[in-house]
Amino acid sequence: MTATRRTTTIAFVCLALSMVACVFLLRHMDQIGPQATIEDALYINSPRMIKRASLGFEGVMACIYWTRTVQYFGHRHFNAAHTYNELAPLLEITTALDPQLLPAYQFGASFLAPAPPNGAGEPERAIQLMEYGIKNNPSNWQLYYDLGFVYYTEVKDYKKASQIFAQGSKVPNAHPVMKVLAAQMAEHAGEFSTARLLWSATYDSSRDPDIRKSALEHLRAIRVDEDVTHLQSAVTVFGKRNGRLPSSIGELALAAHLPGIPADPDGHPYRLTPEGHVEVENPDDFKFLTKGMPPGYKPPALPQLHVEHNQ
Amino acid sequence: MSLRMIYIASNTFREAVRDRVLYNLIAFALLLSGAAVFVGQISIDIERLVVINLGLTAVSLFGIVIAIFIGIGLVSKEIEKRTLYTVLSRPVRRWEFIVGKFLGLAGTLVVNTFFMAIGVFGALLYVSHKFSAADALILVALYFIILEFLIICSLALFFSSFSSPLLSAVFAFSLFVIGSFADDLRGFAALTHGVTRWFATAAAYLVPNFSALNVISAVAHQQPLAGRLILQNSLYALFYTAMALSSAVLIFERRNLK
Repeated sequence: MTATRRTTTIAFVCLALSMVACVFLLRHMDQIGPQATIEDALYINSPRMIKRASLGFEGVMACIYWTRTVQYFGHRHFNAAHTYNELAPLLEITTALDPQLLPAYQFGASFLAPAPPNGAGEPERAIQLMEYGIKNNPSNWQLYYDLGFVYYTEVKDYKKASQIFAQGSKVPNAHPVMKVLAAQMAEHAGEFSTARLLWSATYDSSRDPDIRKSALEHLRAIRVDEDVTHLQSAVTVFGKRNGRLPSSIGELALAAHLPGIPADPDGHPYRLTPEGHVEVENPDDFKFLTKGMPPGYKPPALPQLHVEHNQ
Repeated sequence: MSLRMIYIASNTFREAVRDRVLYNLIAFALLLSGAAVFVGQISIDIERLVVINLGLTAVSLFGIVIAIFIGIGLVSKEIEKRTLYTVLSRPVRRWEFIVGKFLGLAGTLVVNTFFMAIGVFGALLYVSHKFSAADALILVALYFIILEFLIICSLALFFSSFSSPLLSAVFAFSLFVIGSFADDLRGFAALTHGVTRWFATAAAYLVPNFSALNVISAVAHQQPLAGRLILQNSLYALFYTAMALSSAVLIFERRNLK
């Protein structure tokens, strides 16, 4: 072996070993301090400062900050975190850099508004974000839809939600459902029919498969909530008439003149507990269920990311 | 255009395309355009937007780096290698030498932009699966980027006509940064009074206005661009380049090359 060849071989082996050692050490260091990440660090939190520093390339900076927002939310959501301290500043920076970046408003509001661990639990910041979006994109009816949605689902201010839907319906080319939503919200805000209308509109107006899937999940959960509510009323009526609780769901169906044994959207019959509670067979199959769950039921530990938004 | 100028331009072009650094920079720009596809995948709902934003920004930034680093060496290298004396001993006027050098570098940058643009459109096609009519706006953004290169190129040549390569690079890059804030500068000037106002306004109009040439964000959002803007930007770039080149010629004509 010549001297040059020997040197090359030794150098190559050194290089490979050093690379492996570096990767090994870094992995080890990550395990020692999993909290030592830059996830929570926002070194510059002034949107104006970042806008100036972008040297006119605000568009690409906005995309970078939006991606960072998505990653920040995704990681914390996956870890079922209860704090999202940097979420609102990240969204403010993103939208200040590019006020026309519609996904940042639409998805951002659905990250900010829901209570932890599904979101940051900051509906006021979500409303501020949406209002800023509407100010900069007044001809976009979808932003009104999303703002009305936040008022309806998170703030439960149905009157305000109705006003927002009405404003949105006046925007040129607005979806006809906006007018219906405004009227429905004003008269039947807390009813299942209104929730069904909202989620059906979301399903129909979106092309994103994830959003459509989420809307379908909500529609399935609404159907179960409605069934359980009706069956629970039937149990109460049965108890008043007979002085006892029905012994089974079959007896209840017979007494209430139902066409058959009532079943959930998956075809599983509802259960009746000895205490007279109507329950669903597999609550884990309905992610957004609010009724029909066994006492002390906890949803799966790692909730899946479901973005509630329309396009 | 004289034949001598065309020879100088073609030689400059040939010399520039032989530079390996140029290929590295183009490769980086193409890599960045390709990376935009992956960035879009880890984000939500901005696949197309990020390809256009990141792709055009890469074209613009790498083009500016190429313009500055090749532009600053155009005159100084010729002096260093003493080839300038051979050229000027022939019937070649000094202004022809400067303009020829500029045309050669401008040609190089146009060709580079063409290849980098193919990368951007390729990434866009991969993400969108088809082109739409609104994608034609990207061509306008690319045209404005080329206008930006012409200005930077003429400035690099201007500084190169009297200064060292390092200082020329610093001056040209500083002017690019300042020019990105041209709108703000004119705003600041309007806030001042008296003599300060005159000086501030003069300075604000003297620096190149790059902010009007940057339409990347608008194009990414498919916002229409006024035909008047295209015309005005074209004329502005033409006049500013002529101004910088004239200054370069004036200095170079009087420069003692002994």
